[in-house]
Amino acid sequence: MEWETVIGLEIHAQLATNTKIFSGASTAFGAEPNTQACAVDLALPGTLPVFNESALRMAVMFGTAIDAEIGKVSVFDRKNYFYPDLPKGYQTSQLFYPIVGEGHIDIELEDGTTKRIGVTRAHLEEDAGKSLHEEFTSQTGIDLNRAGTPLLEIVSEPDMRSAEEAVAYVKKIHALVTNLGICDGNMAEGSFRCDCNVSVRYKGEELGNRTETKNINSFRFIEKAIKGEVIRQIDILEDGGRITQETRLYDADKDETRSMRSKEEANDYRYFPCPDLLPIVIDDEYIDTIRKALPELPDVRRSRFVDTYQLSAYDAGVLSSYKPLSDFFETVTTVSADAKLSANWVMGELSKHLNQHDTDIKNSPVSALQLGGLLQRIKDNTISGNIAKKVFEAMWNEGGSADEIIEAKGLKQVTDTGAIEKIVDEVIANNQKQVDQYTAAEPDKRGKMIGFFMGQVMKASGGKANPGQVQGLMKQKLDALC
Amino acid sequence: MLNKTLAELAKGLDQGEFSSVELTQAYLERIKREDSKYNSFITVTEELALTQATAADETRAAGNATSMTGLPIAHKDIFCTQGVRTSAGSKMLDNFVSPYDATVIRQFNAAGAVTLGKTNMDEFAMGSSNESSFYGPSRNPWNTDHVPGGSSGGSAAAIAAGLAPAATGTDTGGSIRQPAAFCNLTGLKPTYGRVSRYGMIAYASSLDQGGPMAQTAEDAAMMMNVMAGLDPLDSTSADRQVPDYTAKLDAPLTGLKIGLPKEFLSANLNPEMATLIHAAVKEYEALGATVTEVSLPNTALSVPAYYIIAPAEASSNLSRFDGVRYGYRCEDPKNLEDMYKRTRGEGFGTEVKRRIMVGTYALSEGFYDAYYKKAQQIRRLIQEDFVRVLSEVDVIMGPTTPTPAFKLGEKTSDPVEMYMEDIFTLSLNLAGLPGMSIPCGMNNGLPVGLQIIGNYFAEEKLLNVAHKFQQATDWHTLKPAGL
Amino acid sequence: MALNRTDVEKIAHLARLQIDESSVPEYATNLSNILDLISQMQSIDTSDVEPLAHPLDAVQRLRADNITENNQREHLQTVAPSVESGLFLVPKVIE
Repeated sequence: MEWETVIGLEIHAQLATNTKIFSGASTAFGAEPNTQACAVDLALPGTLPVFNESALRMAVMFGTAIDAEIGKVSVFDRKNYFYPDLPKGYQTSQLFYPIVGEGHIDIELEDGTTKRIGVTRAHLEEDAGKSLHEEFTSQTGIDLNRAGTPLLEIVSEPDMRSAEEAVAYVKKIHALVTNLGICDGNMAEGSFRCDCNVSVRYKGEELGNRTETKNINSFRFIEKAIKGEVIRQIDILEDGGRITQETRLYDADKDETRSMRSKEEANDYRYFPCPDLLPIVIDDEYIDTIRKALPELPDVRRSRFVDTYQLSAYDAGVLSSYKPLSDFFETVTTVSADAKLSANWVMGELSKHLNQHDTDIKNSPVSALQLGGLLQRIKDNTISGNIAKKVFEAMWNEGGSADEIIEAKGLKQVTDTGAIEKIVDEVIANNQKQVDQYTAAEPDKRGKMIGFFMGQVMKASGGKANPGQVQGLMKQKLDALC
Repeated sequence: MLNKTLAELAKGLDQGEFSSVELTQAYLERIKREDSKYNSFITVTEELALTQATAADETRAAGNATSMTGLPIAHKDIFCTQGVRTSAGSKMLDNFVSPYDATVIRQFNAAGAVTLGKTNMDEFAMGSSNESSFYGPSRNPWNTDHVPGGSSGGSAAAIAAGLAPAATGTDTGGSIRQPAAFCNLTGLKPTYGRVSRYGMIAYASSLDQGGPMAQTAEDAAMMMNVMAGLDPLDSTSADRQVPDYTAKLDAPLTGLKIGLPKEFLSANLNPEMATLIHAAVKEYEALGATVTEVSLPNTALSVPAYYIIAPAEASSNLSRFDGVRYGYRCEDPKNLEDMYKRTRGEGFGTEVKRRIMVGTYALSEGFYDAYYKKAQQIRRLIQEDFVRVLSEVDVIMGPTTPTPAFKLGEKTSDPVEMYMEDIFTLSLNLAGLPGMSIPCGMNNGLPVGLQIIGNYFAEEKLLNVAHKFQQATDWHTLKPAGL
Repeated sequence: MALNRTDVEKIAHLARLQIDESSVPEYATNLSNILDLISQMQSIDTSDVEPLAHPLDAVQRLRADNITENNQREHLQTVAPSVESGLFLVPKVIE
């Protein structure tokens, strides 16, 4: 019998509003503790919630983007439980009538096929604050800045059958919400979080008991956490054990999940409609207006990148996944007039630097215009690709346009035929042994051997000789000796 | 200058007979001298009152006075008042100095009113007798062996004892009307959403409503002009034009259609009270009204429905009192759970704990449909009763309470008996309708209240109906002996 | 509907209320009486009745997404039982 993994995901996307879902306090990340927690967020006696129109608009944007049923009447409910970072003693959420109903999203599998993943629902709720356990020895510190930040909880059907599919789905949702501009997608800051419901069964049998793993804050960890959890469950079942339905926490340092003891006790959330809030009622016109104003969605953009720029499906997929990245790429292409070259540079040198410096493309020290300008100089043979990397390095560290850097550092490519010919002649004269080998070789092997001479010329020219010219000249001269 | 109505005091201030500072000082002195008998105030805000009175006199001197400028009033201790302890009658908030003002407080401050202090109340407004207050019961000035009613008992006792000319109250199941009836006052529970709930410590959010308690309908109208209106901070506040509630007080009642629900005048009612209610209705007939018997068949169900809905909402509303951000925290908690349980166990009184438990039980898994959903369905039936009747008559009249003020301790041992006290008032809150209680006679030396119920947002009509009665009768002018 | 000791203790735990051992029977009796009162509702057939959550047939108003609250931490924390470095302190939470 073959084991099958069944995965459903709950994604919590913090909506990119200016203010909290029910108060006028800022949602900006990283402020001093409790400086963005107003009377409503602290649940002072007598305070009341008023719903943020941006949170509604963003939720409806998401719903229309996944082709979902939009709740014309949606209702906030209270989920009651005690926790120190939950100031009211209940979380305002939507259980019975969510804003977004059933929808779907397609993911691309490694074999090139697509698979449709069902989205059960997406509902609005408020985030809790943060409990800081490390700062004090016998106390926990509570920071309520995050309390009341709007969340869209996106619940999938248990449609995924592998960690890879799960990651593809999460990436797809991530690309969608960032493209829509409704979530900044920053997983390290907790703006985009994922809980994984995992169970295993013999193929074709009933669903087994599942575990819910929380606290996963990167795509890589999602994959690792699921894989680890699947192995753990199969081990237990093969030893004749049973899976406990429970909440588990992913520990990235140890790369393992562990049971959350504090949540073990059976919860009874006593949901009921929040009497401080009234039903949210929206009409078709509201929904249509939002639908029409939707920005280009990642899937549409990916196809466009393939059609318009003749990019490979892979490149188009990467470049369309994150809107700032897509925008950057398109600007570079406009300036450089070479999509393939632009794609290579954005996904290569630029991404490498961004990764190394842990920088989002929105904060890239090299702008799209700067990079485009640099690529223009490759195209017009002012510099070679290798020199361009040096120019890029200088741009990253010190700023400036490609032309300024090329000028200041004297990196302009040598295209003077006389100067190049002189170096070619010197190299031939100084490397008699290799010249002999070349002339002795079969003609069809000579092509490969020319690389050595090229290298010598480029070295002697300090990399500035135009490689195309060097190659032509060198071949001509060597062939003349044969 | 004491023992006058707000309208009379406003006139006195206007004509320079006395200043707001003089008036305020007179009340403060009387509170100091007399309140030990009634325990109607939890906190007297002497300094604040004199500051506000001084400012009011300056405003008047500058010619910018409104009809409320310089008038001293008391606020139920459920309205958050910045810089002043706001306790809701609970040990839980005994140390809570509110960092902000409730909208109602802000409105009265903006109108130039003077805050004499914060009045006693049943803990978190849960009670019908004021006996659940952490600060001890308030007493009825008509007979201090009797309760003043609840939960706004302190406000009622203060006005009846002449310690404040008027006060704010809140009404979740009768908490303005019942103490008004017990203390011979005029109390108005407005339509749900007419007065902002922001800063009014929540008991049951879908039922709570603030309103005026006063000596006359005219005074209540003056207060409504300050309190009513849309508040952007309260999602449930009504976006609807606010009339000048004093404008039509004198409109004739010719042709007024009064409905008398047979369920309000039946078995539960003390016969002497029934006589007084019928006499009051006769008076209205003399004023040109016509009377028909109507039926509100689901009245009896309002008690069980209310005692599910209110505790369910309360159990959730009161979860914020956890000892983390404000209020009482138990000594030396062993761990988090110990902190929660002892803070809440020690901070809340018995009746509050009882209602939290009822509500918790009603919402818990497996019981939601049988209790909470069922109660909401009954709630609709009760509302439909009213909507049907109010399409046929202009106002509904009946007693506010089944009996006059009962004795302290008489009903504390059996919560169910206490809950039955609210049988005539609860249904209004469930339906969200406005209602008033006005004095209509005396029974064994204790006041009796006539309840007048109107359609949604018909406060202006109710005040008119009440005012005309008070023009024709003098029950509302009766004062306890010695005043 | 009679509640026993275990029921009362379970509800009290769910509501995080410490109840004196000695007063549990009284709570059990009172709560049972209240539930009896409430059970009157069950005699009414409400199968076709839409629950009424709110007396007014109103819909939720929306608030413009503008920051209206500035930092009031010192002011708001004056009423807090235990605060350090701007954080509210509670007994250590073990996850």
